[in-house]
Amino acid sequence: MVFAPPNADGSKVTLPAHYDNFIGGKWVPAQDGETFEDISPVDGKAFVTVARSKAADIDAAVQAATDAKDAWARTSTTERSNILLRIADRLEAHLEELAVLETWENGKPVRETLAADLPLAIDHFRYFAGAVRAQEGGISEIDHDTMAYHFHEPLGVVGQIIPWNFPILMATWKLAPALAAGNCVVLKPAEQTPVSILRVVELIADLLPDGVLNVVNGFGVEAGKPLASHTGIAKIAFTGETTTGRLIMQYASQNIIPVTLELGGKSPNVFFADVMAEDDAFFDKALEGFAMFALNQGEVCTCPSRALVQESIYDAFMEKAIARVNAITVGNPLDPAVMVGAQASSDQHEKILSYLDIGKQEGAKVLTGGSARTVDGLEGGYYIEPTVFEGDNSMRIFQEEIFGPVLSVTTFTDQDDALRIANDTLYGLGAGVWARDTNTAYRMGRGIEAGRVWVNCYHQYPAHAAFGGYKQSGIGRENHKMMLEHYQQTKNLLVSYSPDKLGFF
Amino acid sequence: MEPSVTTRVDLTPAAGELLACLERTHGPLMFHQSGGCCDGSSPMCYPAGDFLTSDADVLLGTLAPEGVTPIDFWMSASQYEYWKHTHLTVDVVPGRGSGFSVEAPEGVRFLIRSRLMTEEELVAFGLL
Repeated sequence: MVFAPPNADGSKVTLPAHYDNFIGGKWVPAQDGETFEDISPVDGKAFVTVARSKAADIDAAVQAATDAKDAWARTSTTERSNILLRIADRLEAHLEELAVLETWENGKPVRETLAADLPLAIDHFRYFAGAVRAQEGGISEIDHDTMAYHFHEPLGVVGQIIPWNFPILMATWKLAPALAAGNCVVLKPAEQTPVSILRVVELIADLLPDGVLNVVNGFGVEAGKPLASHTGIAKIAFTGETTTGRLIMQYASQNIIPVTLELGGKSPNVFFADVMAEDDAFFDKALEGFAMFALNQGEVCTCPSRALVQESIYDAFMEKAIARVNAITVGNPLDPAVMVGAQASSDQHEKILSYLDIGKQEGAKVLTGGSARTVDGLEGGYYIEPTVFEGDNSMRIFQEEIFGPVLSVTTFTDQDDALRIANDTLYGLGAGVWARDTNTAYRMGRGIEAGRVWVNCYHQYPAHAAFGGYKQSGIGRENHKMMLEHYQQTKNLLVSYSPDKLGFF
Repeated sequence: MEPSVTTRVDLTPAAGELLACLERTHGPLMFHQSGGCCDGSSPMCYPAGDFLTSDADVLLGTLAPEGVTPIDFWMSASQYEYWKHTHLTVDVVPGRGSGFSVEAPEGVRFLIRSRLMTEEELVAFGLL
């Protein structure tokens, strides 16, 4: 059954015509009354309007968060944990609705939102509900009469800027640890995808005290920049690209606050010859791993967009691998049988086409795909054929994050060669290693300069497995209990139980 | 010595007209070419001086559309190592990008179009 778009007959989703900002527990328009249109990439048409905010709206949100922060910081971890559990339950009760909305707004296939985006987001709130209950402070005995007590204290008000590729899940990765740790949040969704997050907020608004979560919508330059540079925030977290990442660090340096940055990658996916030693379930899994570049239309920071295949199996492996790519079902992302939907925006679509162009100019060979495509009945949508290039790691399509369903394949001779090519990149977010020999897999896994190396799997994002980048891919980790400390100060009480003076004065 | 006609980066006429409009709102402008996730690989346009450049960056060229204060185009030096064999043209397409680039609220987005440098250009820039 193909799901109906929002507000169509029989749809799981009923939306108002407009969403405002959520500040201090109330829905408020932008102070200057401006709005912008939210466009669905599925058909290229606007489907709702959203408040277009400026610095004054960010000021109001930071003030609301500041007003709420002392009371929220004093809530017990049990109370905050229970709230996160109730948020998870609320989202779970609306899972199908949110999955359809996420698909309509972002273009990703509903089979992914139903089976990955939403279940992972729900689980993430539960994970941090548990993690914060189990977090321990510390007692360090300096000497028999002197104790150092270490307490976790929230930072206060934090700013979070969310990308458009997994709107609800990426918001959750940032929100759940920040709220669990006792912070108040001012969150700016991506201007391409604000509405699914706003619907989430609508569903959970009654569960949080006013001002603990504030959502301000708008464009980067008008709302993101005033948030990132605001003197009232104690931390800024951002997922996006390197130039904005540097700019955010620059603003943070002026306020002397910490940042968490996740800035993308160009992840290698390395296939050693022994994957073909048997024609079995494992080989079938490895072929799926090859096709994983098309997950979420390639709009994933860890997209395995470079495949390195050992020379000795190249021809035989590629025959099977291209057949697997050609078996990808493309089309209306609201059809649960469809595996690849629409790119998230028109400019993203244009940018991918510009890379298909430079790839061909540089002499890369198109093994499959290579063009835009249209979907019947959705002619205004932004669709690209899953594309596989064969070329050399020095080509720009091997070095830049295209953020589309575009894979660049090359060969390697041996393990040293594989490691050299894998690490010949500016980035170090994700990587994949496929090998039956565990020593090979282990050495490659340790040798690749990336924060996440999937071994004999790819694109799994369970809570409790730390995620973040080496090199230019960013600073900090997400998705793990260590994230709590990224949203906390350490308070040390150094206490003397001795009645005796030191004797200096 | 570089021949004056040889550039690493150029503008389409539409991009030049947009820059003239943007300068009226934001004052003199600059570009820094991004890399990485989401809106990565897009050129980011900021009020001149907003983004701090350093020895970690390369000035690819200065764009001078008619009637507009010259606009420096920067890229990080490490990224340039992978891009240097290509000539870039700043174009503009409908869209809204992300990041803090100043054109996004106008419903358009700067976009890089690339071509391989000619042998003459590679020689001029000491790349051959």
